[in-house]
Amino acid sequence: MAIEPFVKKYLRQRVLPTIWCGGCGLGTAMRVIIQALDDLKIDQDNLVVVSGIGCSSRMAGYLDANTVHTTHGRALPVATGIKLAHPELEVVVIMGDGDGSAIGGNHLIHASRRNINLNVFLLNNGNYGMTSGQVSPMTPHAWYASTCPFGNLEHAFHLCDMVKSAGATYIARTTTFHYMQAVRLAKEALEHKGFSFLEVYFQCPTYFGRFNDMKDAPTMLQWFKKNAVRYNPEKPRELEKGQFYVGKLWEDNTKDEYADLYRKLCKRAKEMMQAAK
Amino acid sequence: MSDAKGKTVLLQGNEACAMGAIFAGCRFFGGYPITPSTEIAEHLARKLPTVGGVFMQMEDEIASIASIIGASLTGIKSMTATSGPGFSLMQENLGLAAVLEAPVVIVNLMRSGASTGHPTGTGQGDLMQSRWGTHSDHPVVALAPATAQEMFDLTVKAFNIAEKLRVPVVLLPEAVVGHIREAVYIPAEGEMEVINRERPSSYDNLLFFKRDKSGVSHPPDLGTGFRPHFTGLTHDESGFFTAVADEVNAFTVGLNSKIDLHREFLTDYCEETVEDADILLVSFGITARACAYIVRALRKKGVKAGYFRPRIVWPFPEERLRQIAQHTHTFIVPELNLGQMRYAVQRIVGPEKRVVGINRVDGAMLTLDRLMEEIKEALA
Ligand SMILES: Cc1ncc(C[n+]2csc(CCOP(=O)(O)OP(=O)(O)O)c2C)c(N)n1
Ligand code: SF4
Ligand SMILES: [Mg+2]
Repeated sequence: MAIEPFVKKYLRQRVLPTIWCGGCGLGTAMRVIIQALDDLKIDQDNLVVVSGIGCSSRMAGYLDANTVHTTHGRALPVATGIKLAHPELEVVVIMGDGDGSAIGGNHLIHASRRNINLNVFLLNNGNYGMTSGQVSPMTPHAWYASTCPFGNLEHAFHLCDMVKSAGATYIARTTTFHYMQAVRLAKEALEHKGFSFLEVYFQCPTYFGRFNDMKDAPTMLQWFKKNAVRYNPEKPRELEKGQFYVGKLWEDNTKDEYADLYRKLCKRAKEMMQAAK
Repeated sequence: MSDAKGKTVLLQGNEACAMGAIFAGCRFFGGYPITPSTEIAEHLARKLPTVGGVFMQMEDEIASIASIIGASLTGIKSMTATSGPGFSLMQENLGLAAVLEAPVVIVNLMRSGASTGHPTGTGQGDLMQSRWGTHSDHPVVALAPATAQEMFDLTVKAFNIAEKLRVPVVLLPEAVVGHIREAVYIPAEGEMEVINRERPSSYDNLLFFKRDKSGVSHPPDLGTGFRPHFTGLTHDESGFFTAVADEVNAFTVGLNSKIDLHREFLTDYCEETVEDADILLVSFGITARACAYIVRALRKKGVKAGYFRPRIVWPFPEERLRQIAQHTHTFIVPELNLGQMRYAVQRIVGPEKRVVGINRVDGAMLTLDRLMEEIKEALA
């Protein structure tokens, strides 16, 4: 299939094809991000994409921008350095669920708290894909993974709730089934000034699907479709077992963005210095 | 210095380090508090906002070094400061800085003991860690200041090396050197060389990581129109992952070659009365200061003693030590650990030479009396 021109524009074609498995949802997730970047006419020269380690994080290499593929879980503090050194850069952070919620969980808490204008896309396949399907903090309770062959005793994070209590100012969730919604939310996240967090459920048929009786990508997409509940803050409802909200979950435009605050601090500090002289 | 344009002030070693960083052009600091490094952060928290720089207290040392790597990739000179427990946490991303060829300066004030150890004691136990702390073969340079003046001078030098070679550089003072108060000459602008990384205006075929003859690659800063890809994976000259055996080999050999190809630039030592020395005191940092006195005292007594102190400890000034070893038969290596530099010295001078360690690991310094006593015993 021919690649559409707007997709081509944001891809480094010389490093394609991707390493991703057939049926993997990461291709869709990448297209969502590209569509959002293109719709917003984001200048590639001014765009920095930072990622950690994992199948999801490999996306940084495919996007034609300034890209930094860091260490496992450390994308956010590297992105923090980039953004504060050069606030005019548009900084997107891509991480997997293990990357962002396990090894990098502490960084996620503190980046949310600071409210730096970073755009996090946390791509959640419910397991560690790259290392072949081990349990992650996002694997549902009693489900299966290669390191919980008798069922997961732990409970999955409510990651969106966690970043909310930590202070993130834009929070949304979507899936690779909800393409149009995903693009809309990705654009909102990019446009939001402050720390934005978009969790994208995507299918990993190779491991998560196989271990949990979902034999292929379409079956997994059906699972997303069946359990996703559109969030309406006016009409909150009890979620049934296995269901999850999709849509914009939270936005707070009252909190100052960190780099703005820092710029003001510099001005104050200089004035105080001069006054002391 | 009659034509000196700078000024001499009484400074704590850590303050001198912070001022050296500003002088060198450091405009980003990311750190996490730990004794005995904290004064560096506190000084920069006040100073950086007034010179258009960024100060960040991060959530831990892993994030601290990650943040300075990010800032450095945008072209801003960046630094962190810590001590043993934090330096251990930084090892993961010290390797990342080496592989991304991100110039960064890491100040590691050496306290005493493994793990949490003796936080207010002084030590020299991180000598080997500064070289081999992160996994696999990687380039890194380490400098060992011995005075408050050198806390300034060698901080500037650390940035110069980091920028020129695009490597992580570790400044390795002992806690006492960080806290000592001495007169420090602060040069005026332009009085001391400040090196900035090379910034090519174009690249052939997008080969951002192609090495020049000196082994250094000069990838562009983020956001300058080139759109480079940085990865901690083994990569080819374009910057993208490779698993092709020859390319993986070329990457690791090439990355590490910058140290060897800059041996002269990276050789920095002080010596006294070595030409006819029968015995040589080899030491670094604060311990070496005591050794200089001892050598002069021994000479007065007619003992042919010499003094040798690397200011750049990694790479070790091997060639010079080997030259001296042609006529010197005994090497005495005093240090505040159980023999880390002695190990390096023995390897360099060969198994037939006598290498004696004088070691102290109780958090205090080696005193002149104790050094003299142990040296007498060793020579008896
Ligand atoms: C410090 C460290 N520990 C472990 C690994 C091995 N590792 C590579 S990817 C990965 C998990 C990735 O899972 P996730 O973040 O969910 O991304 P996915 O592959 O599922 O997209 C692990 C554990 C590593 N690279 N570094
Ligand atoms: S292992 Fe899973 S997440 Fe990774 S590429 Fe394959 S399907 Fe995608
Ligand atoms: Mg995952």
